Order: sequence, then C-alpha cells, then structure tokens
Amino acid sequence: MMLALEMFRSLPRHLAGKAAGRRMPGVLSGYAAPLRLVSIEQPQIAKPGWARLRTRLSGICGSDLGALSGRTSLYFSGLVSMPMVPGHEVVAELLDHCEDLSAGTRVIVDPILTCAARGVAPCDSCHEGATNRCDRVTVGHIAPGLQTGFCADTGGGWGEVLSAHRSQMYAVPVAFSDEQAVLVEPLACAVHTALRARATQNARTLVSGAGLVGLMTTLALRQLTDAGEITVVAKHPHQRELALAFGATDVVSPRQALRGVRRATGAFHVQPEHSRPFLLGGVDVAVDAVGSRGSLETAMHATRAGGRVVLSGMPATADFSAAWFRELELVGSYGSAKREPVAGGRPAFDIATELIAAGAVDEVAKSVVSYPLHRWREALDHAHSAGRLGATKVAFDPRSNR
Amino acid sequence: MSRPGFVLEVDDRTPPLVVHEGEGFRLEHFPLGTRVIYPPESLPAVPDVDAAIQHALLNPEGADPLPALLRPGMRLTIAFDDLSLPLPPMRRPDIRQRVIEAVLSMAADAGVDDVELIAANALHRRMTAAEIRHIVGERVFRSFFDQGLLYNHDAEDHENLTHVGLTDNGEDVEINRRAAESDLLVYVNVNLVSMDGGHKSVPIGLASYKSLRHHHNAKTMVASHSFMDHERSHLHHSAWRMGRLLSDHLKIFQIETTLNNDVFPAPYDFLTKREWEWSIKDQASMLAARRGLAIAPPRVRHKMFHDLRAPYGLTGIHAGETEAVHDKTIAAVHRQQLVEVQGQSDVLVMGIPFLGPYNVNSTMNPILATCMGLGYFFNSYRGQPVVRRGGAVILYHPVKPDFNQLHHPSYVDFYDEVLAESTDPAVVEEKFEQQYALDPWYIHLYRTSHAYHGVHPFYMWYWAAHAMDHVDDVIWVGADRKAVQRLGFRAASTLTDALEMASGTVGPDPTISYLHSPPHLIADVH
Repeated sequence: MMLALEMFRSLPRHLAGKAAGRRMPGVLSGYAAPLRLVSIEQPQIAKPGWARLRTRLSGICGSDLGALSGRTSLYFSGLVSMPMVPGHEVVAELLDHCEDLSAGTRVIVDPILTCAARGVAPCDSCHEGATNRCDRVTVGHIAPGLQTGFCADTGGGWGEVLSAHRSQMYAVPVAFSDEQAVLVEPLACAVHTALRARATQNARTLVSGAGLVGLMTTLALRQLTDAGEITVVAKHPHQRELALAFGATDVVSPRQALRGVRRATGAFHVQPEHSRPFLLGGVDVAVDAVGSRGSLETAMHATRAGGRVVLSGMPATADFSAAWFRELELVGSYGSAKREPVAGGRPAFDIATELIAAGAVDEVAKSVVSYPLHRWREALDHAHSAGRLGATKVAFDPRSNR
Repeated sequence: MSRPGFVLEVDDRTPPLVVHEGEGFRLEHFPLGTRVIYPPESLPAVPDVDAAIQHALLNPEGADPLPALLRPGMRLTIAFDDLSLPLPPMRRPDIRQRVIEAVLSMAADAGVDDVELIAANALHRRMTAAEIRHIVGERVFRSFFDQGLLYNHDAEDHENLTHVGLTDNGEDVEINRRAAESDLLVYVNVNLVSMDGGHKSVPIGLASYKSLRHHHNAKTMVASHSFMDHERSHLHHSAWRMGRLLSDHLKIFQIETTLNNDVFPAPYDFLTKREWEWSIKDQASMLAARRGLAIAPPRVRHKMFHDLRAPYGLTGIHAGETEAVHDKTIAAVHRQQLVEVQGQSDVLVMGIPFLGPYNVNSTMNPILATCMGLGYFFNSYRGQPVVRRGGAVILYHPVKPDFNQLHHPSYVDFYDEVLAESTDPAVVEEKFEQQYALDPWYIHLYRTSHAYHGVHPFYMWYWAAHAMDHVDDVIWVGADRKAVQRLGFRAASTLTDALEMASGTVGPDPTISYLHSPPHLIADVH
C-alpha cells in the first residue's frame, strides 16, 4: 500500500472548480478539487521493461492545475483514465532492476507513454522518434493516458510509488540535486518549444508568460537558437529578473506587452471597437507560455503577418481572427521528442540535462519549494499563487512527513 | 502705475498664500522667514493695438518697412507661434490674428498673391482647425485654410524640408521648404517668456528633428543657465548660430509681441493679486472657487480650467531684423517679469498650475508636470538659480499618471518603458531617443493625428536636466507616490513633511523661497 493523491471523477467538483478555481484558488484547494489523499495499492505493471519507482520529488505543473480546476478542454477526456495519480514531472529512484538500470538508480521520467511503453508496434511518429506525437496513447497493455500522471495504471509522481517503462527513464547525473533533476522535464519541453519556434537569425521573439514554462523557453531560445531580441511578458518582479538572467532582451508587464512589442518593432497599433488592440507588424515568432485566452491573443496580436505563434501552454479558446488575417503559422508544442530533428536527432531530455549541468537554472533549482503529500492543499495554494509569492516551482516530496 | 515685483518675508501677519497644484490650488501656511517672490503687477496695455502694429510694421528695427519688402509675384510666407503660446490661450482676438491681418492687408495692397501661412509647431502636435481658427481669426481662417494655404508645419515631410546648411559647429539647419524658398518669411511671435522669440522662432519652430537634436539634448540643457536667459543658454547659442546662417539665405521679417500679466480672467483674477490685498469680492470668489473645485467631478474641473481665456493686454510689439527686435522684446519681457532677489536659498517651493505649453486642451501628465516644475519654473531666473546647488526643490502637483492617448502616445511608453529603466536624462537620451524619434508609428500619429512627436517626452525630460543636475532633492507635495517614484523623486503629504524629508539634504532649518507664480516671473538673483 502507499499514500497518494488521487484525482477522481466528480461532476460537481469539476463544475465548481471550473467556476471558481481561477479566481479563488482557495476554493479549489479546499473543497472543489476532485483530489483526495488515499491509501492505495502500489501501481505495478507486469510487462517487459516496466519497473516501480519511489518518488523523490514531483512538480506541480500548470497542466495539473488546469485539470484540477476544470479548465482543461474536454478534448483530453478521451486521453486519460480515472482515477489517476497526477504528477508527470518526476525524479525518483528505481525500486526494481530495469534492464540496464539497477535498483536504487536515480532517474527522471519522460512522462509520455509511447508505443514502446504500451507494448505495441511503433506508430509512424514513434518510428521517427517524434514520441510526443504517438498515435497509440489510448491502446496497448495499459489504460489510456497520454502521459504518466494521466493514466490509471501507471500512477504518478504525487504518490509514493509509480511505475515507469525503461523507455521513459533517464539516469540522473550524480552531481544533480533532486531540485535540479525535477526541472529536467519542464526544461525538455521548453527545449522542444524553442526548436519548434524555428527562430531564424536575429528573429524578434516574444514569450508571453514568465512562469516556469516561459522562463525555460526563454532560456532555450537564447541557448539553442539564433533568435535576436527576446521580449518576455512577466507579471512579477522576480520573474522579470529571472527572464533577464535567462536571456531576455526586454521584459514588459502584461498591460504593456503590446505597447512594448510595438515600440520594439516599430509596428502600427490598431484599436478595434470593443475588442483587444492588435499590431500591424510585430515580432517574427511568439510563444504563448501560459495557455490563457489573454496570453494567446497577446501572442497572435503581437506577431507580424506571416509570423509564427507557438502554443506551448495548453491552449484556451481565443479569437483567432489574427491568425487568419495575418496568415500566422500556428505551431503546437507538446512535451518533447526522443529525437529532436532540429537538434540532430538528440533527445530533448539530453539537451535539457546538459543545460542544467552547465548551471543555467541553478537559481530556479534553489527556489524549488516542496511539500509532503498531506499538505497538498497548501501546496496547491502555493502553486496557484507561485508567481505572486516569488516561487517558480512547487513540488511534492512524498518521503517527507513535515 | 503698476507695482514692481518684490520679495515678501513671511511673518506672523502673513496670511496663507495661494499655491497652484494642477487643476486646483491651496492656501498654504509657510514657515516664518520664507521668502515669497511675487511677480510685478500687470503693466498697462497698449491702448491702441492696431496703431501699435502699424507703427511696428512701418518703423521696423534694422530693416526696411514691411511694405517696402512686398512686391507682386513674390512668394510670401507667414509663420506664427502655435497653441503652446500664450498660456492660458488668449481671449479673442488673439494678438497673432491682429498682426497677421495687418501683414496680409499690406501684402494685398502690394499685390502679393502667393501667400501661405504656416503654424510653426516644430515637433508639437498638429493643431485642430478650431485651434488654428482661434489663433488666426475667422477671416484669415476662411480665406486660407480650405485652400490648403494655412496649415501646420510637418517636420517629418521630408519632401517639404530644405537642408539650408551647417553652422560653424556642424549643426544641421533644416527647415520647412516653403519657408526656406520664400522671398520673404514673416514670423509672428508671442513672447510670453524670455525663452521665446529671437532665433528660437524660425530655426526651431519650422525645423526638423535632424536640426532640433543639436540643441534639444541633455548636455545642452544642463549647460543652459538658464534657458530663460538667451545669452547664457547653450540652447539659444545653437539656435542663434542657426538663425544667423538662415539670415544669410533667407529674408526674415520678425514680429515679436509681449503681453502683460493679466493671466486670469474674472472671477479668477484674485489669483493674480497679493493675498493680504484681497477685497471682500476676491475672498468670496476664492471661497466659491475652492468650494466648487472641491465638489466638481474631475471632468468638470478640467473644463473649468481649460476653458479659461486670458485677458492679456499687449505691452509691446517690435518688428524687423530678428536680433534687433529681440533685444527690445527681452527688455519688455523683463519690465513685466523681472524681480530682484538677493541670494540663493536652500529650498525652492513652486506650485505647478494646470497648464503648460504642451497640455493645452489636454492632460498634464507626470512628465509634463516635471517639465513645468523643474524645467520652466526652475529656470525662471537670471544670474543664478533661486535655490543653491545641492539644495532641495518642493513642488505641488497631483502628478496623476493620466495620459492623453491622442496627444501624448509616446509619453505613455516613455513613462512605462524609459523611466522604468533610468531617469538620468543623458542615459535615456543615449539609449532610447533615437528609437522613439524614428518610430514609424509615432511619426504616423504626429503627421496624421494630433500627437506630439515620438521624441517629445525626451525633450521635456531634458528641460528638467539642469534642475536635476543642480539640486539634490526633489519632493512633490500631494502627489501620487508611485508616479513620483517612477519619476525618480519623493512624495510628501504636506509641506511640513516635505521639509522634514528635505532636512537630510538641507538641514533642519533651511532658508526657503517660494516662487509665487503664475503670473510668470523671472528671479534676477544676485
């Protein structure tokens, strides 16, 4: 048996979370979240390549909060199985030997449950190494679930133990702290986003949002691409400082985002009737690193005609008029791939690990805040208000009793 | 006989004194011993304005009479100061209207057909048709405006600019092509303060950014002591070099007018009087104004002030060769505004009124308030500043971060972007000026809407550079704290608090001078 936070189906809580979760996170972490602390059987999948892991740290991601607050599109309801233990940003240690990895090895988990994990023949995407585009996430010998943490069979990082397939595991360098290791998965996603942005030399780039996703994307854009000026939209002072440290040329507040881009690019400003203003002209590439309507529209409205908008946050409904009128190229960015074509076919996890080894995110790693499972309400509260409270990553440490 | 300006020393019998603070005023008790510098009373106006105009045009300084310069077939251009002068706008008829009508009458008599009128607004906003009509009058407006012969200068219309040459100091002289290629350019000025007029009229009013940047910069402004004294102002030295170069290429007939201190019409005329001399009627007006302002919604208050039209009287008009004319003009301005002050003080207190040159029919945003206080008012001296080097300045103004999006679009970005990074005039100039000056959107708005040029907020900040360099502390009373912080200054609730805050700079018992303005004055500090 083990302790775990379990997300379950509850229409009333789903509706309550959807109605109030964004404005009143306290309601969400109090009584409206379809989440409970339970004692359940350890997940175990008796198939080749699977092993049990003991969670050391597991981050709380924006997509987790979105799912708990009912903000995630019902599109994804066919890609998950309930009840499930969330947590897909995981650093853990192996409880069992797993192929070439011996028990006790510290690993990070690429959460995507691909054809290899499901024991089915590789789909075209997996065959090419684009594992994040796997077409078989609903079949095979485990329940549907696009990732660990969204699958009823595998468990997730918000439990003491989870199961993972060898294809998902990367050994953690010995020198890494758990706090550094838990940042590898979000940074790998950011690496993928930066590569998807295909920023050409000196491309003017906008990153809308300076949560962990936005900050990591800024870092990846600066380190891995030839992007020129990078403008980051940040709400809070510590985000501003980190964005600049990660390579932003300029940081603007959400209120000033469009004006800041307009100033930087010499674009023309248009104020439509009863609608949000937009630019004629703007950046070459914009990344929505929030996934809210406001952020997505900011990204589209600030991008020049023919430019590219990368959807890094889980997208919200928005006015896509600019995408049509400005002939924008909308590019999705989900998870990360085993073989990143733009990076010579290397796994995004390897690139992320290298960046962390170089000390790129040490400041963020030092500020990781962890909670034991039984303080999950506080943890969710903290994660909801992370920006305001000066945190960049809140995580669970199921080993802790404090 | 109007009385000269004087310096009052506050004692037990001194009543509370009027201090302007944006769209309102307060009655302030100043510490005993405070020196209050009062402007001279309003000089008597010229009784027959039309006769004075005729006399000036027919008996010019250092030039032939105007009719002798006019001939059939010539190109005549009349340029005139824009709505930034005078302040508040003048009650109809504006003095420029009367002068322009006289010039046009002489031109018509001489058979001159090719006449155009240009508002010399430099990088100021384009005036609306109504604003132009107010300046030139109905008759001139109707005769020229619809025909496209009366218009605002466009400093970004490169096809209609002429690069006349370089001064000995390598300064570009680039002005309006029509003006530069005219057989005669008549400039009609209103010399509200001693900074105006002279070679500041044509080489600045009709110039382009390329030309203006040579003197509108932080270095020049810091070295202008003050820019109200053209002989000691590097800004004016540059303008004079440009003007002399222009004079070699272009026949300019300068007409300068000076006004008295009748700034406020009834019932607000108590504001121009000395408080202890207020009559019962004045006191009643004051009380009514205070009560009315206290309960009036902001929009009504704004309208109350911005609808004011000053009953200015003409004190002099001189025409002819620019420098000869300007000497006479400056003497007339000094007669009206100069006040002798003995020595400097530790603290200078100034109340910022509702209006400056760049918020006519608009909003005085924090940058313009700074420009008024640390620019125009601080520089209202001759000799040396009223406050000693390393002293403190205390200003009264609400400093609300309200911006007029139509008139001041680049100010909003300057406030949010530039001042967030630095408030040092030299730093902002180096890092941001070019970006703003060349921003196509600001240029578009300047040319087609009614927006000040993108670079204009920088100039406003440079105006304050000398004061920022000179004093160690700037404290705003009654101001929005966050806005004042953004400007790089401090805010206090009361004068007592402000003096307490300033004590770290000037000690616990500083000497204080209060500049009782408007009406405008120039402190002649010995």
